[in-house]
Amino acid sequence: MARFRHILLIILAMALALGAAGPASAGDSPTVLTLMSHDSFAVGKETLAAFEKEHGVTLTLLKSGDAGAAVNQAILSKKNPLADVFFGVDNTFMSRALKADIFEPYASPRLADIPDELKLDPSQRLLPVDFGDVCLNYDKAWFAQQQLAPPQGLLDLIQPAYKSLTVVQNPATSSPGLAFLMTTVGSLGESGYQDFWKQMRVNDVYVTAGWSDAYYGQFTRAKGGTRPIIVSYASSPPAEVHYSETPLSEAPTAAVLSPGAAFRQIEFVGILKGTKHPELARKLVDFMLSPAFQQDIPLNMWVFPAVQGAPLPEVFTKYTQQAREPVLLTPEAIEAGREQWIETWTDIVLR
Amino acid sequence: MKGRPGYLLIIPPLVFLGIFYFYPLISIFGLSFAPEGSFDPGKLRQLIRTDYYARVLWFTTWQAALSTLLTLALALPGAWFFARYEFKGKALLQSLTTVPFVLPTVVTAAAFRALLGNGGLVNRLLAALDIGSGPVIRLEQTVTFFLLAHIFYNYTVILRIVGGFWSRLPRNLGEAAQMLGASRTQVFFRITLPLLGPAILAASLLVFIFCFTSFGVILILGGPRLATVEVEIYRQAVHIFNLPLAAALSLTQIVFTFCLMSLYTWLEGRTAVSIMPEPIRGTRRQARTRVEKTVAAASILFLVLLLGAPLAALFASSLITENGLALTYYLALLENSIQSILYVPPLTALMNSLGFALGATLIALALGGLAAAFLSRPKHKKRAWLDPFFMLPLSTSAVTLGFGFIIALDEPPLNLRTSIVLPALAHALVAFPFVIRSLLPAWRSIPQSLREAAAVLGAAPLTVWKHVDWPILSRALMVAAVFAFAISMGEFGATVFVARPQTPTLPLAIYRFLGQPGTMNYGQAMAMSCILVVTTAVGFIILEKIKPQAGGL
Repeated sequence: MARFRHILLIILAMALALGAAGPASAGDSPTVLTLMSHDSFAVGKETLAAFEKEHGVTLTLLKSGDAGAAVNQAILSKKNPLADVFFGVDNTFMSRALKADIFEPYASPRLADIPDELKLDPSQRLLPVDFGDVCLNYDKAWFAQQQLAPPQGLLDLIQPAYKSLTVVQNPATSSPGLAFLMTTVGSLGESGYQDFWKQMRVNDVYVTAGWSDAYYGQFTRAKGGTRPIIVSYASSPPAEVHYSETPLSEAPTAAVLSPGAAFRQIEFVGILKGTKHPELARKLVDFMLSPAFQQDIPLNMWVFPAVQGAPLPEVFTKYTQQAREPVLLTPEAIEAGREQWIETWTDIVLR
Repeated sequence: MKGRPGYLLIIPPLVFLGIFYFYPLISIFGLSFAPEGSFDPGKLRQLIRTDYYARVLWFTTWQAALSTLLTLALALPGAWFFARYEFKGKALLQSLTTVPFVLPTVVTAAAFRALLGNGGLVNRLLAALDIGSGPVIRLEQTVTFFLLAHIFYNYTVILRIVGGFWSRLPRNLGEAAQMLGASRTQVFFRITLPLLGPAILAASLLVFIFCFTSFGVILILGGPRLATVEVEIYRQAVHIFNLPLAAALSLTQIVFTFCLMSLYTWLEGRTAVSIMPEPIRGTRRQARTRVEKTVAAASILFLVLLLGAPLAALFASSLITENGLALTYYLALLENSIQSILYVPPLTALMNSLGFALGATLIALALGGLAAAFLSRPKHKKRAWLDPFFMLPLSTSAVTLGFGFIIALDEPPLNLRTSIVLPALAHALVAFPFVIRSLLPAWRSIPQSLREAAAVLGAAPLTVWKHVDWPILSRALMVAAVFAFAISMGEFGATVFVARPQTPTLPLAIYRFLGQPGTMNYGQAMAMSCILVVTTAVGFIILEKIKPQAGGL
């Protein structure tokens, strides 16, 4: 008997310790609103503080890995949501999130300021916040030195003159890699993209697992890198200027933004079903579409604000543009085709 | 405690594993296999439709076996040297061997590239000397490259676990055998190796499991054509969201390693030998003869080449700026130019990392210590069947467990999903098997007769423990603490896949810098990595210093 009581005591002690370690219960402290997002979410400190002050709320941020992992976690925790608002579903994961039915519709008055082509969800459960263009970047100095014309579009990459010059990311493990594969699908068609990648293989395309590995390992801008063409973002040239060691008057890289050569990734925000603070959650969504938040987007997340006319910082206006006629596949087409495209790509390029 | 000694010992570890390992794991498997309460085999058809997954399993197995053998072959001489000889700077050198453990894969890859990449130091030297044409060494995306990285990461596991055990082996056994006419080789194979058996097995098992579940190293260094089971689980769970397939692969991984560990437990039961351990000062001395000095020099040179050169390359890239040698990157870490919430002051990241690491180390030591105490009781060999279960957290896919946390720990009193204690608990889960493996060989080597003799002479149980067990265990405990600390500092395990509030650690800060273009970002990532390296190394040295001086015996 004595032993049994011992065991009970130990279990009780552990349960108590765990209970004490859990989040403090809501007392007279201000309301806590939780925003769940992927690791790259960022905004100015002052901007967030202003929202907290205006609504008398404390904002907690939850970071949940990359965009795919974050969306999956939001879906898995459907019964008992981790947060009130989720930011960072993009058009490649949109269909998955909508099908899982984790968001509540909200027709924010701010939607009026956003161009129609970004509003992909007619049910208004997911509202566009920003967009970025995945596209080819090249090392300007390298092409000048080799006296070779830099690439103008996708089809340049399969020219013999561009043999062994390109590095791309594996679409099976990288989100820009997948976006670039979808660029070729959208631009060249279901059979055209397969021929393109066959020729890319002949032209010795180099494949890495992720973006960091390509940009800081194989791109000629990196120490010891040998590939002057890389899949990156339209915002990478201004980022190179902004994060340069010595002030630059010109971007060292350039983005290829010609029609059909870029894929537009749009990021959305949504109110998670089951939130205990629906009114505040809507306020947060409005806030994310307000000028204060929108103008913070470029330098914090290196993408373009969704709201038309939101001011852009000088590095953006000076060193980059938005892609012209980017590829835009519908979320349904993406969800239906993704696995098959990746599988076919893997067969053509890697096996 | 009379009838069944130590029965209570095992309850806390079992409760811990039950709540934080089995419960989340069973929850995620349940949800994956039967999302609507019924099992739909449709999504699993792929598993047997092609032989792709069989090939993945085969690749995973052979690369792990080869990595383990190579690491063992290269690290055993080092273990011998560190166990038997005393020299200046030994503590520092030993702590440096463990540093690779905490480095993010992208950073390790960058360090190796700076040396051995197509445009790396060695190739440039060869080109300058006009040897060969183009890059002579082509390591990028080869099997050699990731094997090298596996050795780089795991060298220390063999060195510390085997070396720690070796330093307690009495010298006089070998000397006696030699006096009776045995050659040095015979002494090694007939006496030393069998005595070392349990430690070698334990360390090899850890290395094997680590390489078996290898993820980043294979993905980044091995290239896109190679995939381990772990890589496939990640792809299916995160990118394709085919949870049934991910769960099936995860289960395969668990069953495979479980079988392996059962085999290990059986082998271990046959190899454990009790010895009269010596106090350390009796087994160690300085290299005296010329042969000894040559071997010493060779060991140190090898260590410096394999482990030191990549680390040196890392430090160099954090200090060499566009304007020559400068602290630019380090100073930039202190600035928050656009007042972003993304900005992490290095001191904050450091304190977060240290906080989680201390918490994880204490939890892992306490629970691992209890489990090892339970398993070590010589009269209860029957208990060994539990041992393989304790090893499972180390061999379970991080994505699977992370997603398991999300759905299982979601209600009070266990609503820990967004709690600050979750990272420490998750790290402790991975460190726990390490603690058991580090402690058990030492614990089992203590002859029961020694304890009985002490008891007969009138020593109380606590006194016996203090004067017999503790002096022998303290060294193994230190090794265990070092690994637990390193595992947490390096952010091993499920934490990467768990939502967490604003408590960025050093590895997370490094990843953030490496996610954006620009020379300052890269430079700051390298500077942050060096801070991680230095902090960890200092942590190791402190852990070794606070180890109570082994008196007794």
